[in-house]
Amino acid sequence: MNARLKMILGRVAQAIPVIAGVVVISFLLTRALPGDPAAYFAGPAADEASIAEIREALGLDKPLIEQFFFYLGDLSRGDLGTALSTGQPVIADLAGRLPASLELTLFALTLSCAIAIPLGVLAATRPGTWIDHLFRVLVTAGVSMPTFFTGIVLIYVFYYLLGIAPSPLGRLDFLFLSPPHVTGFYLIDAAIDRDFETWLGALKQLILPAATLALFTLAPIARMTRAAMLQALSSDFIRTARAAGLGRRKVLYGYAFRNALLPVITTLGMVFSFTLGANVLVEKVFAWPGIGSYAVEALVVSDYAAVQGFVLAMALLFVLLNLIIDIAYALIDPRIGLN
Amino acid sequence: MTNTTAPDRPGRQKRDTTLGHIAYVLRENPVTLVAFAMLGFFLGSAIFGPSLVPFDPLATNAARALEPPSWDHWFGTDNLGRDVFSRVVVATRLDLTISVAAVALSFVTGSILGSVAGYWGGWIDAVLNRFLDTIMAFPLFVLAMGVVAALGNTIENIIYATAIINVPFYARVVRAEVNIRRNAGFAQAAKLAGNSDLRILAVHIFPNALPPMMVQVSLNLGWAILNAAGLSFIGLGVRPPTPEWGIMVAEGANFIVSGEWWLALFPGLWLMLAVFTFNLMGDGLRDIVDPRKRS
Repeated sequence: MNARLKMILGRVAQAIPVIAGVVVISFLLTRALPGDPAAYFAGPAADEASIAEIREALGLDKPLIEQFFFYLGDLSRGDLGTALSTGQPVIADLAGRLPASLELTLFALTLSCAIAIPLGVLAATRPGTWIDHLFRVLVTAGVSMPTFFTGIVLIYVFYYLLGIAPSPLGRLDFLFLSPPHVTGFYLIDAAIDRDFETWLGALKQLILPAATLALFTLAPIARMTRAAMLQALSSDFIRTARAAGLGRRKVLYGYAFRNALLPVITTLGMVFSFTLGANVLVEKVFAWPGIGSYAVEALVVSDYAAVQGFVLAMALLFVLLNLIIDIAYALIDPRIGLN
Repeated sequence: MTNTTAPDRPGRQKRDTTLGHIAYVLRENPVTLVAFAMLGFFLGSAIFGPSLVPFDPLATNAARALEPPSWDHWFGTDNLGRDVFSRVVVATRLDLTISVAAVALSFVTGSILGSVAGYWGGWIDAVLNRFLDTIMAFPLFVLAMGVVAALGNTIENIIYATAIINVPFYARVVRAEVNIRRNAGFAQAAKLAGNSDLRILAVHIFPNALPPMMVQVSLNLGWAILNAAGLSFIGLGVRPPTPEWGIMVAEGANFIVSGEWWLALFPGLWLMLAVFTFNLMGDGLRDIVDPRKRS
């Protein structure tokens, strides 16, 4: 346990320079721009006076290093500026919309892991058969699908043609009131409130966008599972286990699968990067009120502070997710702590 | 693995040459052949498409708006009566240009950064690695959004943003390939023969990194198209009425709930096919370049 703890602490320490780098880049994105950042922050409708006012408020007349410390000070107070489109502080907007994005992303990832991992195992245990070939074509097709296109096709089939999906507008139909705020996750909040109809309504709205995201993340996870399983199955300890006469299930799940799971967890980090990006597109297609669609709306009206806050929030979220993945890795890796 | 049991064929000894190996891989994996044929089709559309299409992609015709596919209009017409087929074909050039330009930019930048870091090592290497880690710490599409927002909303900036998020992949491949060869016998021999460091790096060591880079290029092209189309889908870069797949899907999305499927389906399908082509080609190229990494 001590070795594990040491590894986890080491991993947490490694995240600190990365976070510092993220903060520096998002600062540079705001300040070292061609043109006048004050004009960006003031928005297209601002006049000379308000631009000058913003320039002073942001400290843009000071040297870059000094501005960086101002920026750090603002960040530590949670001040990301004010969004022009809503008139609210950016941090409040993001915090209010984050649960919607997280609920969608986590639901989709769970869904795709639940499908992709068994699929990868299935293909790996039958190499060279038609299942394997079909798998290859499906996986390559899966990575080639633009998420926004998949979403539109799903809307056409399930909303327009079959009429079994609700209209793709947000998290809940107009008929329902949103459940009392506890976690911000509608499925959890409605369950806590014991409001089964709202729960079902929220689930219905969630399924199509989540399926869109899941289809997108399915391919890399399945592909990695298959490769890791193949590698594990061809290694010496599997041969030994088979020679010792262990049953097929025991070899496959007890030995091969547990070892194959480690590289799969490592890939999840890359998958998260794609998922958080794809999230923006899916939220736009389904009018999902998360931070992705917030950023898209802000981009359209050149609401600069909001976009920057969004980029920083997404990067921090991604660093955090990677940290969680690595800690999970340290917890399940059977090799750590053996010596 | 499988060719140990294969019967002797007359052409078998040819397999040792590069061309023979390519021919062998293509025969063994017809999917790669299909991918190259599809690439030819897309390149053809990009080069000759604009002069072959039956309609002007920008010409509106209010009398024939929102018509489903027919003999006149193979892919139907959009809400302004423009021919969807012509627009889809003409868009090929713009989409391919954006992704090829972005990938070329990141190929060159990544090669230079990676070569320098891999050959000289030391603090340059450490700084570059930190920098690449920081880029990779962002969800890449989100970083591209931020870059386009910062630099301004133009097609050139879409290219720069896509290039920036691809640089780490190339720089890392080149750095690794250069690093393992910088003290190799042939590099030291070249140095003894009086070549400068720069010349050894450029002429003797760097070419060794090209095969894995080519695989990366092919896989990346597909991803770059997706990325650029995604950016224009959310309203960045390409402006209407320019025909481009991402923006056409975005425009068509408004009509999908009322059943006019052809507006979004065809550009989306073309986009998907283009990405699919590059991905298949990347897999095929990897089989040719590095048979051990076959999956």
